Amino acid sequence: MAKRAAPEVNAGSMADIAFLLLIFFLVTTTIETDSGISRKLPPELDENQPPPPVIKERNLFTVIVNSNDELLVEDEVMQLKDLRAAAVAFLDNGAEDCSYCQGAKAENSSTNPTKAIISLVNNRGTSYKRYIAVQNELVAAYNQLRDREAQKKYGESFVSMEQRYNDPRTSERDKERLKPRLEEIRELYPEKLSEAEPKKS
Amino acid sequence: MSKFNKKKKGDLPAISTASLPDIVFMLLFFFMVATVMRQNTKLVKNNLPTANQVEKLDKKDLVMYIYAGEPVEQYQATYGTSAKIQLNDKFADVSEIQDFIYQERASKREEVVPFLTTALKVDGESKMGLISDIKQELRKANALKINYVTKKGNAVEQNN
Repeated sequence: MAKRAAPEVNAGSMADIAFLLLIFFLVTTTIETDSGISRKLPPELDENQPPPPVIKERNLFTVIVNSNDELLVEDEVMQLKDLRAAAVAFLDNGAEDCSYCQGAKAENSSTNPTKAIISLVNNRGTSYKRYIAVQNELVAAYNQLRDREAQKKYGESFVSMEQRYNDPRTSERDKERLKPRLEEIRELYPEKLSEAEPKKS
Repeated sequence: MSKFNKKKKGDLPAISTASLPDIVFMLLFFFMVATVMRQNTKLVKNNLPTANQVEKLDKKDLVMYIYAGEPVEQYQATYGTSAKIQLNDKFADVSEIQDFIYQERASKREEVVPFLTTALKVDGESKMGLISDIKQELRKANALKINYVTKKGNAVEQNN
């Protein structure tokens, strides 16, 4: 019998396979992005700036973290896990004309969420880990209240609205619609977090 | 029927290499996508604290990084074990932060300068004294937008 030549392998579809794999990896790999707690620092103090307005003691929620990472909230020792609930109770107290507050309307707590200020004082010896945890809990308290209001008004949580607003895939029209809503919720519970310069020792 | 007998008999046909470029390109693209460009070699320990109320830091070109923490073991002999600041590829003093910010600003386009954010990648074990020194310097340099970079996770559990 005559010797037959081996038939040539059709390589035309190889490129398709390669592209298929390429697209698969393109879709599945994610480039790592950093995430964290965003804060805004106060600007440098001006010498001849008018003195700050007097704040009522009841509108101030003082959180002190000492060098042993212990918390002192409103002159009482507190565990970190209770901080969020305490901050929510303070912000949501609403003793004076606050129609949306659901708090206890206590005499010695904040009058209105728009006036309530959380003051965070830390020591130079406080560990960064603990500081971030405290910041995290306070931000969580604000987010919890904002979520509640957003859920009531628009049926969507504040955090997910914010995420959609910051997502580049969201269309311009959606963003236009989201912006006033976000601002409205932010106005109900403005984030007023003041940080004193840390004490020595 | 000589028309159909033109094929030479006996020798093997060469394997087509037409798809080789595709494979190579595929690998190239894969590595292009999957690799994260590392701008700085870390000279400090960087075990970030955890938090869950986080925002994403998009637009990497608008972020300036400041690292801080204990020097890694190989540098501990020369620099000691107390927490240090790292700017770009070298250890720096607190007083150098302002210059660093100005330099970074100068290297960016003018219209994006107001949107620059300073990302603080600080080791969880560092003390707040160092961080507040950094923050004071940033205030002086008028770089007010900052972000404490964290890992995702439960902050309360980590601490108790």
